[in-house]
Amino acid sequence: MTNELARWQFATTSIYHFLFVPVTIGLAFLVALLQTAWHRNGEPEYKRLTKFFGTLLLINVAVGVVTGLVQEFEFGMNWSAYARFVGDVFGGPLAMESLAAFALESTFLGLWIFGWGRLPKRVHLACIWLVAFGSMLSALFILAANSWMQHPVGYVLNSHGQPELNNVWALFTNPTFLWGYVHVLLASLVTGSLVMLAVSAWHLRKGREVQAFHHTAQLALLVLLPAILVQMFVGNKLGEIEATYQPVKIAAAEAQWENCQPCSFSAFQVGGGKNDQTPTQLIAIPHLLSVLATGTFNGPVEGLNQLQKEDERKYGPGNYIPNVFIQYWSMRVMAYLGSLIALFALFGGWLIHKGTLDRSKWFLRLSLWAVVTPFVMNTAGWLLTENGRQPWIVQGLMKTINANSPSVTSTDIWISLVAFVAIYIALGAADLALMLRYGRKELEGDGDDSESGAAGSGATTIPALTY
Amino acid sequence: MELHTIWFVLIAIFWVVFLVLEGFDFGVGMLHTIVAKTDTERRVALNTIGPWWDGNEVWLVIAGASMFAAFPGWYATMFSALYLALVLVLLALMARGVAFEFKGKRDSARWRTTWTWCTTLASLLIPLLLGIGLGDLLGGLPIDSSHEFTGNFFNLLTGYGLWTGVTLVALCLLHGATFLKLRTTDQVRERARALARPLGWAAIALIIGFVIWTRKVAGGADVPGPVEALAVIAVAFAARLASTDHDGWAFTASAVAIAATIGSIFIDLYPHLMISTTNTAYDLSVSNSASGHYALTVMTIVAVIFFPLVAIYQGWSFHVFRARVKAPPAPGDAPATLAPAPPTVGPSAPAGLSE
Repeated sequence: MTNELARWQFATTSIYHFLFVPVTIGLAFLVALLQTAWHRNGEPEYKRLTKFFGTLLLINVAVGVVTGLVQEFEFGMNWSAYARFVGDVFGGPLAMESLAAFALESTFLGLWIFGWGRLPKRVHLACIWLVAFGSMLSALFILAANSWMQHPVGYVLNSHGQPELNNVWALFTNPTFLWGYVHVLLASLVTGSLVMLAVSAWHLRKGREVQAFHHTAQLALLVLLPAILVQMFVGNKLGEIEATYQPVKIAAAEAQWENCQPCSFSAFQVGGGKNDQTPTQLIAIPHLLSVLATGTFNGPVEGLNQLQKEDERKYGPGNYIPNVFIQYWSMRVMAYLGSLIALFALFGGWLIHKGTLDRSKWFLRLSLWAVVTPFVMNTAGWLLTENGRQPWIVQGLMKTINANSPSVTSTDIWISLVAFVAIYIALGAADLALMLRYGRKELEGDGDDSESGAAGSGATTIPALTY
Repeated sequence: MELHTIWFVLIAIFWVVFLVLEGFDFGVGMLHTIVAKTDTERRVALNTIGPWWDGNEVWLVIAGASMFAAFPGWYATMFSALYLALVLVLLALMARGVAFEFKGKRDSARWRTTWTWCTTLASLLIPLLLGIGLGDLLGGLPIDSSHEFTGNFFNLLTGYGLWTGVTLVALCLLHGATFLKLRTTDQVRERARALARPLGWAAIALIIGFVIWTRKVAGGADVPGPVEALAVIAVAFAARLASTDHDGWAFTASAVAIAATIGSIFIDLYPHLMISTTNTAYDLSVSNSASGHYALTVMTIVAVIFFPLVAIYQGWSFHVFRARVKAPPAPGDAPATLAPAPPTVGPSAPAGLSE
């Protein structure tokens, strides 16, 4: 019970945290691009756009950062057995993240917010780039840590049977990490650009500041289009790598119970769970699964029943198959929505080519709804990754059931779970309200802040006195 | 020096840096409704920490993650033992962090009042609970042979832990007052000055009690060590200087007071990490809870590169925003009424304090 609750809490808090992370990473990059454009062309319009989207960025960063604190503490609070067992390897990347990336992002964010008009323009521009770089670097260390749980490398077992780091380089060249990290970065660019596109589309539909928001709609599409197309390739490659190191994860994602060769891809089916291993496949595409999992036309894929037997031989009796329903559908939700977004982005690219982007009613209306999809895809992606690793918390080394804190009672976790869910709902409501409010605001005038109190002498007035 | 000793020292320094820097943020958070009466004054008070609080808070994460990396056993036992206390700390950190960003974003008195309360209460709760937690490291908790905590939330509320928590709150209040005095002008500065005096006296009483109690808890000599003595002296200096115009020195003294107080806990703790009240054989120590040699070597290289780097750019950030924060002239005012900033003596900016 305690273990189940701790899992619910981790799933809830990390899924919630990752609603905000990709917005931060993607939008920070886009805002940096806008400010760079302003720096180059000197058009006041770009400065106003930078500030406008900068505000949306800050609203998101606030929630992203504070929910990240929960993640950092949770390993010790709820998963002390895990922390004790793997800290030697797993703690390293987290400590590196705090020192090398989080500090960078937070400090330069403060400098950027309060630095308008106080820092030289070039230095101020560097600040937003460092924020964008810092947020991407954060993800790098976190993904290195997570990838080690998927595919542990660079360690030896010591005399107590605990993993001890013996090759730090291996953590950062882990194939699961390399492809997983690129996958997350591209997902963030997709998320950020869809947010920017939706906001721009809303204004274009209202016919407000058409010229300015036409710029950002185009910019968003120019980032979105390559990102989503490359993403389809990267996602596929990551699937192949997982099929190598975590065959159960991929077999479960295909609800493939028996060995097959060649394997057809089930695009939509009813049933297929543990107690119903012969599902009604409504749409099956011959050979496609072989291609996706092995990269060859007739490649074999091992079925879950065979993998279960192999794992029993290796690790002793137990259930080594994750929840197939979650695997099967999270995979499809992610892939299908991704394909739709790719088509949507191509449509947008074609409109840019025709020069009618700002007038296409259909596309602008679709853009408003498209912004929902990255959040669904990101969540589905993590469900696929994390659920697919079960019953392991570290693949082959430690089971989730043994990882929670022995000293923490289920009452403790109930209290924290209810408290976190309550505050997350409140924060989410406030965040959404502010995003909608500021996303629909008019662009502010080109506030001239270039000379008010250059750094240094005497008292300076406060920036942006919002009340 | 052995690597695990180096990491013990580094973690102690990270906690000290965190509480010295975030200490004035907590103080400003607790005091901002008292030193500032109007909405504009409140914004002035909050903007004294505006560019920095986020960067300051990073040190908590650095300290926690370093414990995880260097002493997984310490991180595991401490964080699971302090479970409900840390839940409260996290709720407070969340409410407070979001409050800074969200507060000014809607023009509604109720919206602002809600976030003001979040800021004030959270700024009180966090140092109180962290103080209790740090005190309990030294004071001892029921811990069994497998290093698992065997008590419940109420076992955390030891007399020594509570006293440490209240002392830390008082130090943060004093630190916040000297900081506000250093960073503002006119009315807000005068109110901070008026508050600093009684806060200083309260802090002196609490710190003396803390040192006496620590001597009892830590065992060994009854005479306070040099760092404990420094804590008392620094509080006295801060209290004395707070009513003068030596804003920079008063702030320096309150910063030293927090650093010495937190430092003394870790000095008394070494070579232990957590004391077990169940059996001294179950104490966590630097040798039985540390990561392996290779992991510590890697982390040492990372720290040698990045710790100074972070210190440099944070120091630069303190330098950039060193000027006093002042409200803009009211719409009707003649623009030429800029009063010269009050004379300051000593270091005029907290720039040098980023370690």
